[in-house]
Parts: sequence; structure tokens; C-alpha cells
Amino acid sequence: MPEITRQEVEHLADLARIDLSDAELDQIAPQLSVILESVASIKEAAADDIAPTSHALPLTNVFREDVVVPGLTAEQALSGAPEVDQQRFSVPRILGEEA
Amino acid sequence: MSDTLLSFEESLEKFDPAMGLEVHVELNTNTKMFCGCPAVFGGEPNTQTCPTCLGLPGAMPAVNAKAVESAMRIGLALNCEIAEWCRFARKNYFYPDMPKNFQTSQYDEPIAFDGYLDVEIPARSGEGTETFRVDIERAHMEEDTGKSLHVGGATGRIQGADHSLVDYNRAGIPLIEIVTKPIMGSREKAPEIAKAYVAQLRELIVALGVSDARMDQGSIRADVNLSLAPAGSGGLGTRTETKNVNSLRSVERAVRYEMQRHAAILDEGGSILQETRHWQEDSGVTLSGRPKSDADDYRYFPEPDLVPVAPSREWVEELRGTLPELPREKRARLQKEWGFSDLEMRDTVGAGALGLVEETIGAGASPQAARKWWLSDMARRANEKGVDVADLGVAPTDVARVQELVDEGRINDKLARQVFDGLLAGEGTPDEIVAARGLEIVSDDGALGAAVDKAIEANPDVADKIRDGKVAAAGALIGAVMKEMRGQADAGRVRELILERLS
Ligand SMILES: [Zn+2]
Repeated sequence: MPEITRQEVEHLADLARIDLSDAELDQIAPQLSVILESVASIKEAAADDIAPTSHALPLTNVFREDVVVPGLTAEQALSGAPEVDQQRFSVPRILGEEA
Repeated sequence: MSDTLLSFEESLEKFDPAMGLEVHVELNTNTKMFCGCPAVFGGEPNTQTCPTCLGLPGAMPAVNAKAVESAMRIGLALNCEIAEWCRFARKNYFYPDMPKNFQTSQYDEPIAFDGYLDVEIPARSGEGTETFRVDIERAHMEEDTGKSLHVGGATGRIQGADHSLVDYNRAGIPLIEIVTKPIMGSREKAPEIAKAYVAQLRELIVALGVSDARMDQGSIRADVNLSLAPAGSGGLGTRTETKNVNSLRSVERAVRYEMQRHAAILDEGGSILQETRHWQEDSGVTLSGRPKSDADDYRYFPEPDLVPVAPSREWVEELRGTLPELPREKRARLQKEWGFSDLEMRDTVGAGALGLVEETIGAGASPQAARKWWLSDMARRANEKGVDVADLGVAPTDVARVQELVDEGRINDKLARQVFDGLLAGEGTPDEIVAARGLEIVSDDGALGAAVDKAIEANPDVADKIRDGKVAAAGALIGAVMKEMRGQADAGRVRELILERLS
């Protein structure tokens, strides 16, 4: 039976940059366990002779030719940015990280 | 705070180094890895983006066929197996230079794996070269990140920066990451092998024509993993990963520095913190970055927006057929053709003059003449100017023409040097310089004869010696004549004229 611990949920929330309160952790941890359990039921349907898949379609080698297509102008690219400086996206400084 | 270092020699007495090298190669495709944005260096900020490489909703990534081809050619040139079937994966992390909040990379299914590169290094015996095999773990496809500019704080450093400015032109440019297996048994040669590996990998990439391969512009970037284990133990210690190593010289220095730093810590009974470090080009040290932590849990999973890559064996063989002559084979062929000794070849390669010598020979000069000019005169001039010999501004065709003038007897080696002075001063072609500076050798026996007579007259005692059969004494008279002719005479002809007169 897959079970997800409270600590694991806390860790995942941390990785996903989601701030969860103690009450939320208490609530979400068991819910995620139920979801995992449901997903795990797929295992019963998959026989040994069926390889795990990541895609619904049996396609391979869908390629694009190496030809430039017009994209966005700088104004368009930056239009959704909360802050722009020197034609660049201005973001808060990054703490405890490297250059 | 500066690190304590053990001497390089002592660190080797006590420990064995193991290295792992990760080299990122930015491909020179026209477009990015998963979208049709131009993949060129140096555009105005944020002028080469689209919803896909900006990670906007509704993005439709599609794999660049040319990038896959380049990846496979690199893999084949590194003697790798090419995967029959492989997928892209999402590497999840939050960092502003990655607008999607994940990097599309490959995880446990690289396009190429299990190869090697035979690296040539100066032989331990001191004579010629020897080969050290570096095993390649994998070469996989991924995409580059954007470029951050940290402002408001201390210059360019993150600590103290108020905010970061991001340009996404580079985000999504195809990268091939080439990872070695642990390099063991390199001992005192470790720094040299690391440098030679990156240098020769770079040569290979240049020969394949798949990247600009400019370390100074970041189109080739190296990370150096290093660990030490007690000498003779055969084990692997805790490693550090040094980033920001952006020149061949730095690769060598960073390995040496980390060996000495690790050795000092371990020798004191301390333990190595597994962390990322940053190479400081100016001070020649590594600085602590961040420790490996929970944030390194990238939660890879197969990329659902891209279907697997399954290169047919026909395609692989077709690409194998397009591989150029590899640099190492080419060097071996040229050495044989030119009749160079191991030492001559090593010096030519070491001086960065292989291509120049090759072109000079192609333009008609003999191999020894081409080597002589590039490795003596040109190398010295380049050294004085503090530039690479290739950037001196003298073309191989010029060198070949100067040698031709020497071979025709119109100038000699000494005058040739004056022609090179003229070339560096931008005075025109070798022929123009010879004419303008009046450098041509005087072959008129009348003028030469007069100078010979004058020299004999001025040195009667020397003349007597020659008359007595001491032919070796002629040197003094030849010197006097050459001086009189300001070097513009054929010494052999002068000698003949002297002996004619005094026999
Ligand atoms: Zn794009």
C-alpha cells in the first residue's frame, strides 16, 4: 500500500515552493495517500508483457527542421513581466544561490 | 579566508586523485533545441524568444532534427553506443534563468553512452607522447539557460545583489553534456590529463563542425569533479564539483588547486564537504558555492510533450560515414607525411601552430621551413606581443612566399626576418616589402667582387692564412663582406669569390 508521510509532503511542498501550514499538511498528507493508492491500481491492469509508457501515442522521432521561425519581439516577450529593466526581466535577488 | 593547501608533491604521496569531467557543448544549429528561435550569440536582450522557450502556457516544443544529428555525431566520434530508443526528461528546479521551472534534459536514457576518448599527453619518460584513455559515461541532449545579470550589489556577484536581470536569448539553445566515468590512475598527471581531455575534446568538436567551440564565449564549458582517496586504496573519496572553469589553463589549475585543498583537509583528519565550488579566474582559487542539499532533488520524469527519439540503425551508420578524420588520426598522418620527430610534432601542436604549419606547407613551403618560421620567429613574436601565434596577423601564404623568396636566392633568412617585420607593420605583401625596403640580395658579381676586394685589402693577415690553405679563415672575410653589403648578399657566392681570388 503506498503511503506518503507527513515529512515527505513537507519536503515536496518545499521543493515546489509551496508554503503549507501544519493544518494543511495534516489534511493533505492523507489525501495524497489516497490519490497514490488510486493511481497504484493501474498496476493491476498492466500485465508483465506491457512495457511502462510515458506517452499515449506509439510515436517516435517527431522532429522539426532546423529553420528559424519568427518569435516574439522584445516588447512582446517582456509584456507580462512584473518589472523590466534594461530590456530584461527584473527578478528578486536569489538568496544563497550561485552565479 | 584563504584555504590551506598541501604541496602538490605531498598530496600525491598521501592520496590518489579521481576526476570526473562534465563538458557542456553549445551546438551551432540555426535554431534552439525545441523551438524555431535563432540560436545565435550576442543579440539584443530578449529578442530571440517565443512562448516555448519562455515557458508560456500553450507552448508546443518540437525537437530540432539537426541537434539530434549533432548529438549522435559527437557520440559516434567519442566511440559511444547510440541509444535505440531514448526520451527527454524534465529536470525540475526553480531558478530565474530557467523560465519553465524545469530544464528539458535527458535522465537515465542518454542518446549516447559507453565511449572513450584517447587523450595524448607528454610521455612520463619525457620523450614524445603517450595515450591516456578517458572513458565516457554518456553524452546527452539538453537546453541552455538564460543569462542573469546581478545588479545593485557587489559587481556581478550574487551575494549583495538587489535583483537580477534576465535575458532569455540563450534559454533553449541546444547543449550536449558529455560526462566522463571517474578518471583513475592519473596521479601526478591529473591536472595535465584534465586539460588535455578538454582541449582534445574541443578539437574533436571543431573537426565535427557542430559548435563554435569558443571557451571564452561559453560555447564550451567545463565542470571539474575531484576527490581524493588514500594512496593505493583504490577507493573513491567525497567529491567537490568546481564550476565556472572557462579556459583550458583554468581546467589544469582548478584540478591542481582542489587536489591540494582536499589533501590539506584530509591530512588534518577533516572531511570534505560535498559541495559546488566556483573557480576564480583572477585569484586562481575555488570558492565554496552551496552544499549539496534537498534542492538537488530534481524529481526527473519523462517529458510528456515530446515523443521518444529512436534513431534507426541506418541513420546511425549514415552519420558514422560523415565523421571527419579525427584530430588524433590527422596528427599521426601529418607527422608521417612531414617527417617530423615526436618532439617536433609535440612542439608544433603545443605552440598552437599545427593548422598554420599545415597551411604553409599547402601553400608550397617545405615542412621543415614551415615549422622553422612558425616555431622560432613567429612563436617568439607572438610571445612578445602576448597573443596566440594564430592571432599574430601573419598569414601562412605570406610565410610560404617568404620561404619561396629564400629558396630563389633573392633573400636570405636574415633578410626574411626583416620581411616579417614589414608584414607585422602592415607594409604590404612580402614582394612589396622586399621592393620597398630594398632587401633583395645583390647577385651582381661586380658589386660583390668590389666588396670582396675591399675586405681582402682590409684583412691582409686573414688573406694570407687562406692563401696558405686555411680555408676555415674565410669566415672572417665573409662576415666583413656581408657587413659591407648590409646582409644583402648570398654568403655562399661570397665564399666562392673569396676562394677564387686567394687560391
Ligand atoms: Zn523560442
